Amino acid sequence: MPGSIPAFDINSRSPAILGSRVSASRVGLFRILRSGAGRVGIVLTCGLVAVALLASRIAPADPFASVGPPLSSPTLAHPMGTDDLGRDLLSGVAHGTRTSLLLALIVSVLTGFIGVIVGALAAWEGGRVDDALIRVTEFVQVVPRFFLAVIVIALLGPGLDRLVLLLALTSWPWIARVVRAEVLSLKQQEFVEAARSLGAGRSRVLLREVLPNALPPVVVVVSLNAASVILIEAGLSFLGLGDPDVVSLGYLANNAQRFLRVAWWMVAFPGATIALAVLGLNLLGDGLNDVLNPRGAS
Amino acid sequence: MPSRYLLRRLAQVLPTVVGLLVLNFCIIHLAPGDPSIALGGEHGDAAYYTFLRARFGLDRPLPEQLLTYITNVLRGDLGTSFVHGRSVAAVIAERLPATLLLVSAALALSSVAGVGLGALAARHGRRPADVTINAVALLGYAIPSFWLGQMVLLALAVGTGLFPVQGMTDARDPKTGFGYMLDVLHHLALPALVLAANELALTTRLVRTGLLEALGTDYVRAARAKGLPEGLIIRHALRNVMLPVITIIGSRAGMFLSGAVLVEVVFAWPGLGRLLLSSLLARDYPILLGMFLLISLTVILANLITDLAYAWLDPRIRYQ
Repeated sequence: MPGSIPAFDINSRSPAILGSRVSASRVGLFRILRSGAGRVGIVLTCGLVAVALLASRIAPADPFASVGPPLSSPTLAHPMGTDDLGRDLLSGVAHGTRTSLLLALIVSVLTGFIGVIVGALAAWEGGRVDDALIRVTEFVQVVPRFFLAVIVIALLGPGLDRLVLLLALTSWPWIARVVRAEVLSLKQQEFVEAARSLGAGRSRVLLREVLPNALPPVVVVVSLNAASVILIEAGLSFLGLGDPDVVSLGYLANNAQRFLRVAWWMVAFPGATIALAVLGLNLLGDGLNDVLNPRGAS
Repeated sequence: MPSRYLLRRLAQVLPTVVGLLVLNFCIIHLAPGDPSIALGGEHGDAAYYTFLRARFGLDRPLPEQLLTYITNVLRGDLGTSFVHGRSVAAVIAERLPATLLLVSAALALSSVAGVGLGALAARHGRRPADVTINAVALLGYAIPSFWLGQMVLLALAVGTGLFPVQGMTDARDPKTGFGYMLDVLHHLALPALVLAANELALTTRLVRTGLLEALGTDYVRAARAKGLPEGLIIRHALRNVMLPVITIIGSRAGMFLSGAVLVEVVFAWPGLGRLLLSSLLARDYPILLGMFLLISLTVILANLITDLAYAWLDPRIRYQ
């Protein structure tokens, strides 16, 4: 469809940022601070990333070490209380945040990689390749990832490595669809034609001209997907399928279920951290969407 | 809806179902060691494993095994649970009604309340009511269902005793007839509310955003110029907004069911979630595999129903 306007066209919006992609992304990053959702999202996400990075400093103790009386309610020494084995809950939450965010990050990178390759290939090649890849994408999309993870981990035993692999292999269709739609519409744009008429090869046009412009909406989808990865890990660990050798937020929530009536703090803090992380990533996605797709913003 | 669309859409389902059966078959073979261990558990004796190998044709070449597996599944034979000592299909069928009750109650709640709240928010665009509804919806969407369940349990069941803490009926005071129904409803209230929360939040946000957009269109302006009351205008706009909302609700069947499983575990609701947890603890693989198959098929069915509903509601949706 020549002349169609792609959903996320950063070039057509402001002539000032036409020249350089770097300045476009810089303007975008500042602009996200203008929307309320984006601001809260950035603050929450950066805050939790800081907690994850500084976990060893924030946490007064090894999350697995017994350092206080068991089931102690929050005190000055243990601001979030202790669990049934006298382990400091603040240390658990700090290290658990690190695990959950690291998992979300690795899965996001892998899904982004697979999704972009599949989506770009489908749209760029078209024809039978497109048909085949679309079929595969649709199939992977209907496989319920949470239950697949449950059954694979039940069979193979818990471990973060297989969880990463599993979530990466099942979470990419969403990204692939967005990339495919973007590349399909960018393919028809005049600047692509211009690059081609200057003698650029097919792969050079795809990699240097089309893909960089197709990536902004991917960032939105990746941040929303990262939120769902955190929720899935929490859900799996809650069922007792988490890696018992690594503290994660879901591991703490699973442990808390048995002490629901006696230790509210064991339930409250890890769960609240999960909610904040998911809220932060969702708001970040919303804010990015408002910046990158101003026509869709209400 | 023309029958051609129906037939083409149904024809698309077939390869997906076959693909899922193949995936399930691969998972069985993924298990460490022999798949007969995945089917028969780790504590069976040699004779039982030999029996299983012969029954599921595990001593045959792989393609033939796949065919046997698919034939067995089509006959409704999902193997035998070694914990319950009965067929997997029977054990799952026994737990299904409780989960269906919970899921349908939650879905009804989230759809009706979500559309209502979304319309309310859109009508009060940018005023306190809208801002509040939107903020609560954002929060509701981010809170993990099992945590919300735990917190609600602490606040409303353990704290005040207003609601029962767990189960589907009161075991100490069994009732019959109308009293039984009331008892189940009393037990259902909290888990259904908690399970509905995520979907409710999503539906509210989708309806609100869609309505705000629709209220700026020409046909709404024309309706206003004609002097239609605001309530009627919202109803007109809502019809157009509902299409994408239905699609998104339908496409989240898998997420919704995983939420149901977790909420069931928190509230000890005697459905598939409890069965999943006990089967995990007992390493009852045939049940787990059967449940995965059932849930995958439910997701496919939900997608199919969504597409057909969409085509029925919007006559523009056709295959070329």
